[in-house]
Amino acid sequence: MDDLYREVIIEHYKNPGYRGELDPCDIRFEDENPLCGDHIRIDVRVDANNRVTEAAFSGHGCAISQASADLLLESIIGKSLDEVKELTKQDVLDLLGIDLGPVRLKCALLSLKVLKAGVYGLGEASDALVEGA
Amino acid sequence: MTTTVQLRDDFPVLSREIRPGVPLVYLDSTATAQKPTQVLRAMDEYYRKYNANIHRGVHTLAEEATAMYESARQRIAGFIHAAHPREVIYTRNTTESINLVAQTWGRKYLQEGDVVILTEMEHHSNLVPWQMLAAEKHLRLEFIPVRDDYLLDLDAYQELLSLKPRLVAFTHMSNVLGTINPAEEIIRLAHAAGALTLVDGAQSVPHFKVDVQALDADFLAFSAHKMCGPTGIGALYGKQALLEAMPPFLGGGDMIRKVYLRSFTPNELPHKFEAGTPAVAEAVGFGAAVDYLSQVGMDLIAAHEHEVTAYALERLSEIPGLRIFGPDLPHKGGVVSFTMNGVHPHDVAQILDQNGVAVRAGHHCAMPLHDKFGITATTRASFYLYTTFEDVDRLAKGLDDVIRLFG
Repeated sequence: MDDLYREVIIEHYKNPGYRGELDPCDIRFEDENPLCGDHIRIDVRVDANNRVTEAAFSGHGCAISQASADLLLESIIGKSLDEVKELTKQDVLDLLGIDLGPVRLKCALLSLKVLKAGVYGLGEASDALVEGA
Repeated sequence: MTTTVQLRDDFPVLSREIRPGVPLVYLDSTATAQKPTQVLRAMDEYYRKYNANIHRGVHTLAEEATAMYESARQRIAGFIHAAHPREVIYTRNTTESINLVAQTWGRKYLQEGDVVILTEMEHHSNLVPWQMLAAEKHLRLEFIPVRDDYLLDLDAYQELLSLKPRLVAFTHMSNVLGTINPAEEIIRLAHAAGALTLVDGAQSVPHFKVDVQALDADFLAFSAHKMCGPTGIGALYGKQALLEAMPPFLGGGDMIRKVYLRSFTPNELPHKFEAGTPAVAEAVGFGAAVDYLSQVGMDLIAAHEHEVTAYALERLSEIPGLRIFGPDLPHKGGVVSFTMNGVHPHDVAQILDQNGVAVRAGHHCAMPLHDKFGITATTRASFYLYTTFEDVDRLAKGLDDVIRLFG
């Protein structure tokens, strides 16, 4: 029964490394999953070359959404913002190491949606940001 | 345990396994009920032997299809004890029924500054239609508060009535808390204050006897799919004089008496509100569903759900860190929403699913109610005539797994 709740997911959910807020920060964006009202905010700091130096998330959500946020932020440290823009749904699924049905996919991709909307400087996050392979 | 459990064989899906060796435990009937063979067969037979467009057809199939469509309306009217079948309008679902009232009665009769009273425990379907109309017509929406014991604050309601509301629209039974509201009293007080009433019966009509004449309800909205019928069809009951005074809803075929190039005159009730080819097979299924429920007996169904709910409350209260949102029996129907310390409802539902137990997690289309209790989401188990004590045991066992994994 624990396929979905692999140790890495439970571990990142219970002991997230990137939970918190960065004030001030260079990029901040927040959004919710309309399905369940889960809310996530991501703060990012970048250096002069637009490389991510620090990142943090806050808000609330299920184990899948929180663990994916933590894994995602861990993965972008040192990346350029252009590289962050290239991240896809599959990158998040690879980080989680699981396959998800359409409903839980929304949970897993919320953090990527928020991150990319922030990096692109969009007014609102859209599903189009995380669709496709 | 009451005898309705013998009826489980009527519901083919209940014998399904979610994975080999893990039988389904269906605890999501508040979202949609499972369908008995009697309903499935009626719809299948309709398509195999009768299918035709209704009204205006002279051929045999059209005559028979029309008769089946109208006969179902008659039985649905009987089920809620409407004075006449023409007081029952087919809609797509409860949501459309409420929108129909807002967009026809509301748009014609409500004016700037008029007060509409709702409650804090409404489903979005009985909030948003009124918010939309309020924005357009500058209405004032007021809300009967939910008390700490999860019942409506009727003292506050009495005070709100001094605002001379035009309409009181409320849920008969909360889809989250399970609270069964005192509809008769709410309606009596509303009428005394000069207001009309709309009852959201999505959760009451499927689960206990609802008699529109005894309640003196002006409007009652409900859906077939929550009462063993198909999706895509519901009903609006309205008192005849009210329905006759209301303008039509959607325009098109069947809702007209006479059409000219630049004008039309509307058809009589109930067709005035049924534009276009309706869901005929679904109406036939809806009729079969009320036949089925009547045959089992609504009092027996209510008694059975009461027993199952009592057992569930007892079992769940043994689980550490579990908090139930909702009143105690007897003010509660077969709905148990809860949170578990430190575990998100999505995760609870997912682990239960891995145990074959189907529950719902989220805000259950009642975001303001969850806001009130300072939570985003709950996990909800809900019961119907086919739910057994064993189903509840499987739920409790699944929750033990949740604690083991997240504890």
